[in-house]
Amino acid sequence: MAEGLAFGAASEQAARVDGVFVMIAVIGGFFFFLTQGLLIWFAVKYRRRRPDRDNETPQITGNHLLEFFWVLIPSIVVVAIFYYGWRVYADLSGPPEAATEVHVNGRQWLYEVRYPDGRTAVNEIRVPAGKTVKFLLSASDVIHGFSLPDFRVKMDMIPGRITTLTLHPERPGRFQIYCTVYCGTQHSNMLAELIVMAPEEYARWEAGEREGPAGAVEPPAARGERLAKSAGCLNCHAVEGPAKIGPNLKGLFGSKRPLEGAAEAVADEEYLRESIVDPGAKIARGYPNVMPTFKTTLTPEDVSALVEWLKKLK
Amino acid sequence: MENDRVTESGGDESGYLAERGWRSWAFTLDHKRIGVMYLLTTIVFFLLGGLFAMLLRLELLTPQTKYFSAHAYNVFFTLHGAMMIFLFIIPAIPSGLGNFFIPLHIGARDVAFPRLNLASYWVFVAGFLVVLASLVAPMDTGWTFYTPYSAKTGAAVATLSFGIFLIGMSSILTGLNFIVTVHKLRAPGMTWHRMPLFVWGMYATSIIQVVATPVVGVTFLLLAMERLLGMAFFDPAKGGDPVLFQHFFWFYSHPVVYVMILPAMGIVSEVIPVFSRKPIFGYKAIAYSSLAIAFIGFLVWGHHMFTSAMSPLANAIFSFLTFFVAVPTAVKVFNWIATLYRGSITFESPMLYALTFIFLFIIGGLTGPFLAALSTNVQLHDTYFVVAHFHYTMMGGTVMGFFAGLHYWFPKMTGRMPGEKLARAAWALIFVGFNVTFFTMFIVGVRGMPRRYAEYLPKFHQENVIATIGSFLLAAGVLLLFWNLWHSLRKGARASGNPWRALSLEWRTPSPPATENFHEIPEVTDWPYGYGKPKRTPA
Repeated sequence: MAEGLAFGAASEQAARVDGVFVMIAVIGGFFFFLTQGLLIWFAVKYRRRRPDRDNETPQITGNHLLEFFWVLIPSIVVVAIFYYGWRVYADLSGPPEAATEVHVNGRQWLYEVRYPDGRTAVNEIRVPAGKTVKFLLSASDVIHGFSLPDFRVKMDMIPGRITTLTLHPERPGRFQIYCTVYCGTQHSNMLAELIVMAPEEYARWEAGEREGPAGAVEPPAARGERLAKSAGCLNCHAVEGPAKIGPNLKGLFGSKRPLEGAAEAVADEEYLRESIVDPGAKIARGYPNVMPTFKTTLTPEDVSALVEWLKKLK
Repeated sequence: MENDRVTESGGDESGYLAERGWRSWAFTLDHKRIGVMYLLTTIVFFLLGGLFAMLLRLELLTPQTKYFSAHAYNVFFTLHGAMMIFLFIIPAIPSGLGNFFIPLHIGARDVAFPRLNLASYWVFVAGFLVVLASLVAPMDTGWTFYTPYSAKTGAAVATLSFGIFLIGMSSILTGLNFIVTVHKLRAPGMTWHRMPLFVWGMYATSIIQVVATPVVGVTFLLLAMERLLGMAFFDPAKGGDPVLFQHFFWFYSHPVVYVMILPAMGIVSEVIPVFSRKPIFGYKAIAYSSLAIAFIGFLVWGHHMFTSAMSPLANAIFSFLTFFVAVPTAVKVFNWIATLYRGSITFESPMLYALTFIFLFIIGGLTGPFLAALSTNVQLHDTYFVVAHFHYTMMGGTVMGFFAGLHYWFPKMTGRMPGEKLARAAWALIFVGFNVTFFTMFIVGVRGMPRRYAEYLPKFHQENVIATIGSFLLAAGVLLLFWNLWHSLRKGARASGNPWRALSLEWRTPSPPATENFHEIPEVTDWPYGYGKPKRTPA
């Protein structure tokens, strides 16, 4: 991650937010030691030493000058904090020039990513370092949050609206994306990664080179396993242990599946493919019909790779 | 002292508690009995809400879900939040201690509308029963019920919102009752500037309850109509606006934060002078700052929504206004500390909890500007930093104030003294446990851990283990506290009319007070905190 910036901030913008944080911490620290110090000091110093003297305390009912100052001083301090907190925010939310736009759609419980050239991805956003990137955020079911703590920013993804978030990633690295608005059962597994790439590496990726060792052909099942993680399948489907939202995947291939109503189906290759691209067609009995379609986010080859992987999960 | 003579005169042995049998409670019109019923009921809810908190902390011992499913976890945090807010923190001090002590504080025989008061209690209980009924399909929305999730989830949202609607109605009726009581039933000579500060806090609270609560009632009604009748207020697919719900919700729920804290501030303002043997410093400033907080509290709801795509200008205005809540709040803290100056301070349990209130509330207060400032708000919004902040103010503030009040007024309510030894042991556990639990959450929040996560990344593991250990200490302290009060109720030393030698009116009746409070309505000739010289008006 970014070196040279304190507190693990991933950009100059994040460092500026940290600057506001530190300023508030210093001012707050001063008032913390002042008030707690006086509280504890008075409590110790003026504890009752002789039980017979409790009516000899001085009759201090107020002091107008003192009270005037402790209204005035906090007022000035809070206006100052407001101002700096707002300045940095306004600078960061101003219109960026010439930004790369990436559309990210939140849905229960994954992020669909679409690049300007039509390329799509799930739960993984790649951007080049050193360029301004503008995220166009939307949601297709409920409100989600798009949060990048390393960059000190977040923005809600709201159904029926497009919200925006601008970022200036400066150095290559992998950064966690969290959903921060509670969105249902798998809320805490709605995670994604922002991968900031060196410009030349990004250019290679954009030109279409596949990942993995150069020249080597990835076996379909291995590719399927990688996709199951990156496409969010495992957010809802368990391989081992108790079932999550959807049916467990282990031993699925070849088994008889009870469906909603009285029907049954055999989980063959075609059933698996259909369940990925058109999940509502045959609904497994006892599970909610909540799975989104992957027709637009996975290529037919991706789907085949997934099916190959599923076949291996005996 | 002249005070003590008045106190000890007359009164049968057990005062308002003399009558026995469940009917004497269920149909009572005595504000004291109604107050006690509220107290017992809300304490049960507090323990239930605490139980859910412990289940949450238990699950968070491990990064992956281990003891419960993710759905069960979501239900637990919803129930924890909803019960603590709607069934404990909002009603406990106003309806419990407020009901008991407002008439005693102002020298009245009862509240203005005793029958309405009883009705409020039973509406409250009915609300709870409806909430209970919603457990057939337990809520998993969080206590904020954000749409469109709450409009889509399979849970019994309409049932639960109806329960909260009833609870809100009870809260409105109580608020109305108190406002009229304070205006109409003050004893002869009790001018506004001679009212105890607890009554000032309760008066400001009642105004918020009456003005803000109808809004949440309407909001939940709209939500129920959306769910049951398919109307589209919040569903964008049908042309509704999901963010509109947030505006409605916070227009109520932000002011209600001050319903939660103002009564506790009132208690602290009562307790600090008594155990410092000094008049309160800056009486009028404390009294008027309660009204100022109530007023400003209506203007700042937008600060819960800085990341929901309001215009940057609206965000800036809400941020600016939010900072001004800090000023009257700071004034109160400075005044309490100044009251200690050159006092003759003793540390009986009410004072320990009141000082703890100030200590923890300062931390809660000073972490507020991080959330009020726009750029850091965007960073910290919906992380554990927020969870830590509001637990410092709500639990460190309100609940400590409630504990201070419980111990302070325990002798008056029951005729027995609270056991000091166990009270202090419980306090020590609570103090240490609280800080271990919630200070850790500031740290994990700054590191980016979002709230409402059943599972978290392994890098947050250490903080979560520490917080869970702290929470178990805290829970042990709370259980010890209530066990001690229960034990004191039966075995505690008999209390005189005025064991703490306080000067406000409630101590000029026997402990426990007689059914109609005063044998003779007292004539008020001084402000409530004039220690030392017999007559003194506030500066």
